[in-house]
Amino acid sequence: MDNLYSYLIIASILFSLGVFAVMTRRNGIAVLMGVELILNAANLNFVSFSRFGGMNIDGHIFSLFVIILAAAEAAVALAIIINLYNNFKSVNIDEAQQLKQ
Amino acid sequence: MADFVFWIIAGMTIVSAGLVVFNKNLVHAAVSLLFTFFGLAGLYAFLWADFMAGAQVMIYIGGILVLIIFGIMLTNKIRSVNISHSSVQRSTGGLVAVGIAGLLIWLVIKTPWKTAPAVEPTGTVDKIGYLLMTDYLLPFEVASVLLLVALIGAAMLSRKRQ
Repeated sequence: MDNLYSYLIIASILFSLGVFAVMTRRNGIAVLMGVELILNAANLNFVSFSRFGGMNIDGHIFSLFVIILAAAEAAVALAIIINLYNNFKSVNIDEAQQLKQ
Repeated sequence: MADFVFWIIAGMTIVSAGLVVFNKNLVHAAVSLLFTFFGLAGLYAFLWADFMAGAQVMIYIGGILVLIIFGIMLTNKIRSVNISHSSVQRSTGGLVAVGIAGLLIWLVIKTPWKTAPAVEPTGTVDKIGYLLMTDYLLPFEVASVLLLVALIGAAMLSRKRQ
């Protein structure tokens, strides 16, 4: 457990699972969950490099800003998805092809 | 002992992330995401990042996950239809995901990472607070404006048209 490799491998697996969710899910909210997985993988990388690079706190600050951006992104994305649902009665992103209904 | 706990937490994180991706039921996927976030908070604790572990629990689980579950509740008819959904292009997506995972893990193992000798774990809260008020003051203020903009934007987007 006390080496960099295990954390980086966990982060790689989380990242590719997130990419898979973004590519294959039809529901907009499930795609959003995949994006959260990707952001969390990046955060884990930042924090583990910070820990094994001599406990440099800058990595923590960077991943804190990533968390802030993820919160803002989730709020706006869910507002957009709810709007999509009100207009199309569906949140499947492959059915929302028109800008105007 | 610590090794054992670490592998339990790592396994929980990866398995629940897999459930998030592969589960047909959206509510089950959201609950699995809860365990993924908890596992990541545990990994942060192993990395001596106490403030990050707390922030992960408070913001991701207390904020983002609740928002996601609200989104699921608001966009599905809970009583009439079962909340499931299909996925598309599974084979292409699986190929790309496995390719990315293989490439990343190969790179991680092949690269001779330079690591600094570990220092004694101390609390990170005071250092983070100090850095946020000195070196990172401008990004900190910009982030506060961004959160305000996101708040107003989300309220504008989701309200009913008059």
